[in-house]
Amino acid sequence: MSREPFLERLQSGPAILGDGAWGTMLFARGLPTGDAPERVCLERPELLTGIAGLYLEAGAEVVTTNTFGANPERLGLHGLTDSLEEICHEAVAAIRRAVGERAWVSGSIGPTGVLLVPFGRLDPAAASAGFARQAAALAAAGADLLCVETMTDLAEAELAVRAVREAAPGLPVVATMSFEATRRGFFTVMGATPAKAAVRLEVAGAHAVGANCGDGDTMAGIAREFRAHCALPIAVRPNAGLPTLVDGALVHPESPEAMAARVPELLEAGVHLLGGCCGTTPVHIRAMRQALDGKEWKREQ
Amino acid sequence: MDLLKELSENLRLGDDEAVRAGTRAALAEGLAADDILRDAFLAGMAVVGEEFGRREIFLPDVLLAARAMQAGMEILKPHLARDGAPPAGRVVLGTVQGDLHDIGKNLVGILLRGAGFEVIDLGTDVSAARFLEAAESAGAQVIGLSALLTTTMPRMAEVVALVRERGLGERVKVIVGGAPVTQAFADGIGADGWGFDAESAVRRVKALMEGA
Repeated sequence: MSREPFLERLQSGPAILGDGAWGTMLFARGLPTGDAPERVCLERPELLTGIAGLYLEAGAEVVTTNTFGANPERLGLHGLTDSLEEICHEAVAAIRRAVGERAWVSGSIGPTGVLLVPFGRLDPAAASAGFARQAAALAAAGADLLCVETMTDLAEAELAVRAVREAAPGLPVVATMSFEATRRGFFTVMGATPAKAAVRLEVAGAHAVGANCGDGDTMAGIAREFRAHCALPIAVRPNAGLPTLVDGALVHPESPEAMAARVPELLEAGVHLLGGCCGTTPVHIRAMRQALDGKEWKREQ
Repeated sequence: MDLLKELSENLRLGDDEAVRAGTRAALAEGLAADDILRDAFLAGMAVVGEEFGRREIFLPDVLLAARAMQAGMEILKPHLARDGAPPAGRVVLGTVQGDLHDIGKNLVGILLRGAGFEVIDLGTDVSAARFLEAAESAGAQVIGLSALLTTTMPRMAEVVALVRERGLGERVKVIVGGAPVTQAFADGIGADGWGFDAESAVRRVKALMEGA
């Protein structure tokens, strides 16, 4: 292993740059909508290796697996639950082929998409078991870290972090939620605030906490709120804005330059791990890389 | 009237038991079922929708209130006049083809029903043809489209195009929403409306019904 351990770098700096969107890249390469994006891991892993290579080349130090929905609930919608382990294995292997030890491989763990009781039908024990199964599979496949991401229900996020820590005790876990700006501050649609998320995700065992899949201009404010409520490293991955239709094609409005311009503010807000979510491409990541390299990283406390 | 206010309040708090008891008590008092529906249930859900719109409450609170209303409706339904108040309108609702996300769409359905609309929920992964079929057979005035994935947003354009193609543009309005969907996108595909969230979707549907 030529790289230093992820956790050491996360804690001692300089700030780590992750990758950008995967769905955006895959759909641009003809992935049909409606099918499970995870099926690509089984049927066209070379696409994943190719995209990972682009992110590595752009300067990403963490590359994420295409396993966002590789939990029993979501795979079940496509009859793929039995393939969960194989999907996770192929997903990690496809990234590793591109990055070797030059980048950390982060195993993506997204929400189940089903609400927990009493608000929905999902039993907490079943949800935990599903997250544990996914984490164990990603760990067995050789992931360097796991990221529990795009959560809106703090109960589900906590339960995921706990399950993941137990199933993959050797791996660092980054936990991020999706917040929106309201007149009363930042909230997820389920009502979680960054302050509550910071405290409860830290207690649940996360190694880094923060936000992903939100507007770029909310991220520094959210990061500051996390910073004020926990001592963990902060992670943020904003979207490249919300897409509009230009000549019949969906276009994310935020330019690489605009995303890069936010980097200094994010670092000042205490962000240790940054990257992009929906709509961000290797071009955005390259711009952020340059912004990061031109900036003296200051250690928090 | 106090009885109905209390009932409305208990509905907002999502207290199923209290709503059941309050509904029974109101009926025992001789209050008309249609009045209970309007002044307690729909009034309560309207407040729930507004509070959610201001993010004073969140999705869990809305879901609990909806369930409490459902509990009350089970008791109230047999007493409602068959020729009672007509629905505020008929809406065909669904998540577009290729998209299996339903939390947001369900929330819109809850608030539309809470506002007195009849909702025909087609579920997720619904094709443009199925939206049109359902809207025509139900005589719906509005089609509501949801998408969470940026990649399925173009499906919304297909539904709008099909409505135009069949010459239904005057009779059937299309409103779109979902996390990545913006007003600019809605305008771009020629949709009649856009909901920033479930509460604004209901307001927009009401406005469309009034011909705005």
